Amino acid sequence: MHKLSEIRQPLILGEKSYGDITNDIVSPIENKAPKGWYILLTISGLIALWGIGNILYLIGVGIGTWGLNKTVGWAWDITNFVWWVGIGHAGTLISAVLLLFRQRWRMAINRSAEAMTIFAVMMAALFPAIHMGRIWLAYFVFPLPNQFGSLWVNFNSPLLWDVFAISTYFSVSLIFWYIGLIPDFATIRDKVKSPVMRKVYGILSFGWSGKAKHWNRFEEVSLVLAGLATPLVFSVHSIVSFDFATSIVPGWHTTIFPPYFVSGAVFSGFAMVLTLLLVMRKVMHLEDYITIKHIEYMNIVIIVTGSIVGIAYITEMFVSWYSGVEYESYAFLNRATGKYWWAYLIMMSANVISPQLFWFKKLRTNLMFTFIMALIINTGMWFERFVIIVTSVHRDYLPSSWSMFYPTWTDLGVFIGTLGIFMFMFLLFARYFPVLALNELKSILKSNGEKYVKK
Amino acid sequence: MADKVYYALYNDDDDLKGAAKKLVEGGIKVNDVFSPFPVHGLDPIIGVKQTRLGIVAFIFGITGLILALVGFQYFMIGDWPMDIGGKPNQNLLFNLPAFIPVTFEFTVLFAAHGMSLTYLIRNKTLPGMPAENPDPRTTDDHFAIKILKSENPELTDNKVEELLKDTNIVELNQKEF
Repeated sequence: MHKLSEIRQPLILGEKSYGDITNDIVSPIENKAPKGWYILLTISGLIALWGIGNILYLIGVGIGTWGLNKTVGWAWDITNFVWWVGIGHAGTLISAVLLLFRQRWRMAINRSAEAMTIFAVMMAALFPAIHMGRIWLAYFVFPLPNQFGSLWVNFNSPLLWDVFAISTYFSVSLIFWYIGLIPDFATIRDKVKSPVMRKVYGILSFGWSGKAKHWNRFEEVSLVLAGLATPLVFSVHSIVSFDFATSIVPGWHTTIFPPYFVSGAVFSGFAMVLTLLLVMRKVMHLEDYITIKHIEYMNIVIIVTGSIVGIAYITEMFVSWYSGVEYESYAFLNRATGKYWWAYLIMMSANVISPQLFWFKKLRTNLMFTFIMALIINTGMWFERFVIIVTSVHRDYLPSSWSMFYPTWTDLGVFIGTLGIFMFMFLLFARYFPVLALNELKSILKSNGEKYVKK
Repeated sequence: MADKVYYALYNDDDDLKGAAKKLVEGGIKVNDVFSPFPVHGLDPIIGVKQTRLGIVAFIFGITGLILALVGFQYFMIGDWPMDIGGKPNQNLLFNLPAFIPVTFEFTVLFAAHGMSLTYLIRNKTLPGMPAENPDPRTTDDHFAIKILKSENPELTDNKVEELLKDTNIVELNQKEF
């Protein structure tokens, strides 16, 4: 039996019993949604539709409608891709890495963080697909026998590694999430009164009945999937960084990229988890489950990963000078002082300086401050990818090729559109899915619940 | 075939474990336990063996690894050796570093999906399967012990009641079928 240390605070506040946990999570699913939910769903739905319209226009007309040019061949498309994949990483970190480390506080946040991961990776995968231009030829990325003779995809290419990394990551995250959801769907199935809902959740729950042997297998599967997802999450963003690091473009050609990208991903992902959870916690009255302590733990992860990112920025800068390669030195000097100095400044202040404020306990336990910080970090991390991608290529080897990148309405529309689609899916999740891992929370109630700890 | 089933309902996991222990010590075979979450320490009492799904994951992982390597040998070395900058692919070993990422992803892909599918099939939890829990409360805050008459021929109603009398039992239901 797990014993809670005296100095640890309980993770489930209020005098909760097993039944209370079920009621707290299932009743919002059964009851009528608040008006705010419909308003938000409508707004995000409209933005999503606008985004889909933009994507269709892009596919119909071609990627010439983006602001790309001969020099800047990758801009917002890949910036958005890396940003969304990065956001996805927090969910897997919370559910897999923290499971292996036996961090019980993850149980209140893992379900929604994993949902966020899945929706974010869907948005991410959209960008490499549409940036191909002719999306109907996307099956070319798979090693399929074809009419061109013995022509296979090039497995030496990091772009192809990405195909395998992202698709594995998405599908493994999805089953990890769903296997955890099955027992909770069963709880909803047995709790709701409406026969239609009972039928729907009955199908979703795959006939789960909570037998002893099933739970035995469930725990083994969760543990092994966590063990598999942990190296997977690190590999995915390492491979994303290889897209740049294996090239010979000054500013991209850096061995520090894999760890730097992974910590940046976790950093931005936690910021997004906080953005979503702080709102959800308030609206769905989950204060007893997602406590101030949970928010504080997440903010501590933000300090750690933010500091790693900061060190990586400075190391990169130092190495560009220390390497003695003038193209490399120029690329970095140009980032900070060239035409895109403002993007660099946003990135530095949002990602390096601002998370350091969380060293103050007063600030990291303040919800409003955390929420604003989370938004700042989300913005900062988007600019990080923009700075890496665009400022490295906009000054080409030949000064005659130098150019700038100006986004068009399609650039903007596709990006804002993915935010809308993401929010739309997350709102549906928050309404119809069990937003907390019921079975996991019940299993820690006796060791971490306020009611039992006090006794 | 006439059979009788007893369901002893509890609302606390420690009471459940105590009752299961008492039953097993009284020589009764517990058929199954239904609970809303994994009750640690219950499996050894009622004789549920540790699952071997971990081994399944390993076997699937090895399969994925081998498939990836066979694929590389065929695509990149055998069928169409690539010659990049005068550095041809000579054999799999020399070119292995570039193939590590996809090999790893393929291993994880196979291990995760193979194990999860095996898990669902072995559990018989698949879309459209009927739920077997005796009471809707067992997915909420109740725990049920299932005892089958056919597995305990000498069992009588009185004996079950006798054994479970002081175990904080909520209800004892019985059904003949």
